[in-house]
Amino acid sequence: MTTSDILSASGPAPGHLDLLESEGIYILREAAAQFERPALLFSGGKDSAVVLHLAVKAFRPGRMPFTLLHVDTGHNYPEVIAYRDEAAAAAGARLVVRSVEDSIRQGRVVLRDPNESRNAHQSITLLDAIEEFRFDACIGGARRDEEKARAKERVFSFRDAFGGWDPRRQRPELWDLYCGRIAPGENMRVFPISDWTEADVWRYIAREEIALPSLYFAHQREVVERGNRLIPAHPLVPLRANEMPVLRSVRFRTVGDITCTCPVPSTARTAADILIETLAAETSERGATRLDDAVSEAAMERRKLAGYF
Amino acid sequence: MSEHGSEGRDLLRLTTAGSVDDGKSTLIGRILADAGALTEDQLSALAAQAVRDGQEQIDLARITDGLTAEREQGITIDVAYRYFATPRRSFILADVPGHEQYTRNMVTGASKATAALLLVDARAGMTAQTRRHTCIAALLGISDVVFAINKMDLVDWSEEAFVRLKGEIESFTERLRFGSRRFVPLSAKRGDNVVRGSEHMDWHEGPPLLTVLEGIPASVTAADGPFRMAVQIANRPQGASTHDFRGYMGRIAQGRLTVGDRVVIAPGGRESTVTEILTPQGPAIAAMAGQSVTVSLADDIDAGRGFMLADATSPPSEAREVTAALCWLDPAPQDSRAPYLMRIGTREVAARVALPESHLDIHTLARGPGGQPLRANDIGEARIRLQDDIAYDAYAACRATGAFVIIDSRTNATVAAGMIEHRV
Ligand SMILES: Nc1nc2c(ncn2[C@@H]2O[C@H](COP(=O)(O)OP(=O)(O)O)[C@@H](O)[C@H]2O)c(=O)[nH]1
Repeated sequence: MTTSDILSASGPAPGHLDLLESEGIYILREAAAQFERPALLFSGGKDSAVVLHLAVKAFRPGRMPFTLLHVDTGHNYPEVIAYRDEAAAAAGARLVVRSVEDSIRQGRVVLRDPNESRNAHQSITLLDAIEEFRFDACIGGARRDEEKARAKERVFSFRDAFGGWDPRRQRPELWDLYCGRIAPGENMRVFPISDWTEADVWRYIAREEIALPSLYFAHQREVVERGNRLIPAHPLVPLRANEMPVLRSVRFRTVGDITCTCPVPSTARTAADILIETLAAETSERGATRLDDAVSEAAMERRKLAGYF
Repeated sequence: MSEHGSEGRDLLRLTTAGSVDDGKSTLIGRILADAGALTEDQLSALAAQAVRDGQEQIDLARITDGLTAEREQGITIDVAYRYFATPRRSFILADVPGHEQYTRNMVTGASKATAALLLVDARAGMTAQTRRHTCIAALLGISDVVFAINKMDLVDWSEEAFVRLKGEIESFTERLRFGSRRFVPLSAKRGDNVVRGSEHMDWHEGPPLLTVLEGIPASVTAADGPFRMAVQIANRPQGASTHDFRGYMGRIAQGRLTVGDRVVIAPGGRESTVTEILTPQGPAIAAMAGQSVTVSLADDIDAGRGFMLADATSPPSEAREVTAALCWLDPAPQDSRAPYLMRIGTREVAARVALPESHLDIHTLARGPGGQPLRANDIGEARIRLQDDIAYDAYAACRATGAFVIIDSRTNATVAAGMIEHRV
């Protein structure tokens, strides 16, 4: 036993971040115990990176029991894909990738516009993957503070055989009792960091030194200013007349579909820098960066009803 | 920011309650806005809405509006969770609607909380609803209650009105088992005594609401009471270096555990000694309530999920039949012959729930004779027969090991919440 072990043993009661961490681990262990084929949805984004980190910790010294599933929109930055593969390998996990491109090729997804955001189409690819691998639970990194429609989301969120979220079939969740019994074909979404805020996530990333895709940190990128947003200059995002890209120091706050994810001006080089920027942030995570959410206040809820989280 | 801003910060889980129109949405909106939990985006969307509605001010109550369906119907029907923080404390607030289904929702919100924020309209005084909310908070074992006496602007900021109301509530709550009762006169709409003080109520010496909430004991404090931990998973990893490792995974629900402690595996009563504790921070000689751990024992005991590790000098009770306070949650009424399951800790056992021996009318707070099946939002006391032994404590002694839910094995619905050996 080392000195630091002894120090940690006589330390004070666990702080709020320690409690959130232990709760996340508790929920992941409940998922492992209650389901036969649970998958961890791993996009390479910061929230799923935190969930993977918790999962690895939860089962030490044993192996993390979850299959990683990535639903690839085909609109990802190459840095994110490279990070995804490295992180999966570092965790010693099996990674399964299913792509919206394939769903389009198979005619399962029909696009109205070849460049349109593919976020809304992920649900079909996801539901097909759930059926193919017979996953009975999908663990995700969604948080209740992200969006109004999520404030009532359960930690164990029930989905019917069509992947649908029916408010009437959500189970009351009392104390720490998470009930995962389901019938064949039904599915549970499990959200271990439900109670974390955006600031908690960055605090934890800084404290645990969790690696992230480089896009999360300040870098030079060609962008155009459109309204109060910065649009990345990229072949998938057509520029309008009179728009001239300029080089700016920016970072991404989410790393989703290229066509609907905008960077923000930043000089933050570390998670601790980002935390300082976040605490002073004037724009909410989705509002600033997700063009397609801005279309309608209720966009998220509609997608949820269709099986996209 | 050496510890990334979290040094010394603790956590409080709060639940709210109030009748419709007492101003709960306004108050929560006010807290979120004034405590800096709202973003510029959210504020500008609210501003735009105000413009559309022809209002001059942002409607604070809209901040917490949830699902579209509810917005259309103008009601809120389920518990929502809100988050805000001060430099000293993070808050997780269960926002419980004051409408129909409030018993079920309030029980759900209170089950995860150690403190309650109860709204009272200064004009209305103590109503039947206030009494109900207070009783449910007490029943669920909430320790600290804060009464927010709202709309003080509508009673001319009257000290007399506040003192009278406070006196009424104090005498009513005397016999309830609260650890602390606090009272704050405020105006959610104007912001007086919410996050900032009030120039209108200089007669009130106490701090504003947010400061009061910071002074309540944290939800997980240093580990009082005998050690309790439900085993989630017993693992035996495969692999050369760890071939003889057997660890019991769980989160410590109560107390403290130290290497060398004698523990009992309940039900069953086998004992062993703790040889190793693994916390999220690595190996440790001790761990305490709130921490997820993996525990190794000196003896190779085959006890997996569904068992409890407990302090051998202060073991839990074991039984195949218990009495409990039940709150019925499901739209379908109780069926004393239905194949129910009791889920307590990590254990699931087949259960028969007898018709209640007594029944609490939540509207009048009168105790009735029972005998009728419990319906949604009913509270009663009933005997439960089990197929197998369970290990438990009385709910008043330990919430985590005295709380359970009843599941209908035909639909998998969670139909009732229960508290063992707990008087209604
Ligand atoms: N004058 C005054 N009105 C208030 C105050 N707090 C809330 N209200 C008003 O009371 C009404 C009901 O408030 P709301 O927050 O929607 O109540 P809820 O049903 O408890 O969520 C609204 O018209 C609010 O503007 C207050 O402190 N003073």
